[in-house]
Amino acid sequence: MKFGVVVFPGSSCEADCYYIIDQILQEPVSYLWHAEQDLRGVDCLIIPGGYAYGNYLRAGAIASNSPIMEKVIAFGKKGGLILGICNGFQILTEAGLLPGALIKNRSLRFQCENTLLRVEQTNTPFTSTYTQHEVIKIPIAHEEGAYVADKETLERLEKEGRIVFRYCNEQGEITPETNPNGALNNIAGIINEQGNILGMMPHPERCAEAILGGEDGERIFSSLLAWWQGGAGR
Amino acid sequence: MFKAIITITFKKSILDPQGNAVHKALKSLGYEDVEDVRMGKHVEILLRGDEPQEAETKIKEMCSNLLVNPVIEEYQVELVEVEV
Repeated sequence: MKFGVVVFPGSSCEADCYYIIDQILQEPVSYLWHAEQDLRGVDCLIIPGGYAYGNYLRAGAIASNSPIMEKVIAFGKKGGLILGICNGFQILTEAGLLPGALIKNRSLRFQCENTLLRVEQTNTPFTSTYTQHEVIKIPIAHEEGAYVADKETLERLEKEGRIVFRYCNEQGEITPETNPNGALNNIAGIINEQGNILGMMPHPERCAEAILGGEDGERIFSSLLAWWQGGAGR
Repeated sequence: MFKAIITITFKKSILDPQGNAVHKALKSLGYEDVEDVRMGKHVEILLRGDEPQEAETKIKEMCSNLLVNPVIEEYQVELVEVEV
């Protein structure tokens, strides 16, 4: 399964994503520079975290208009797998591939901490190796991570089961206290209608190896591989 | 030549945490009669051309293509003719 990690000026988590695919999944992976317009035949795109274009104007706004995005949008609309992490999630909402937007944290601060997430959906290419309602630990590192959307969009996401991760406590309870940033309905990650594009604020690539203090994030990547090997790629 | 002055603010339905923080700070300074504070962005664009209608259309296009995110923001444009 061929992976591509899109790199913008100001991306900062691309090497971690590359490492996970190359060393842990042991699958082919390449960097895709934002000014290119060739996705090199990859099967899955990762839009990594960071501060693309300094997040000037709005987080992800300028990156979502860079040359490679035209191809990324076409790839996503055709059903290609895209994982957007943190700034990548912001870029995907700005590009219109995912609904809603991410605004400044309720605290007005950059927050870097572990969060507990409840896996709300396991019937996606990104989460098939988790169990339904499993509580996992994945860190966040963002200043603009509060997910917002209009009432209709939010109702639709809830009704269609497109909220994939929610911030919770150890018991898996979703409460205002377990919400680190003020995201509506404690949303940490959502998927598009077709089910091929996932955006999430927490960083799975930062906890994909025991030596890093946790392996819960690794299963996002191994889910993708399992899904692909299960026949989706043929 | 035109100068477009664009004011971008969060929609009323979007919580504005920066505005709330400034509101609190003003209250703590004793300005008890402050009812609400909304923060926003101010953008000035110098645009070549001499057709005001055309300039306005272009500015609105720029707003919808890049400057404003309609999911969370709304905007107002003031267009003034300036000397080259």
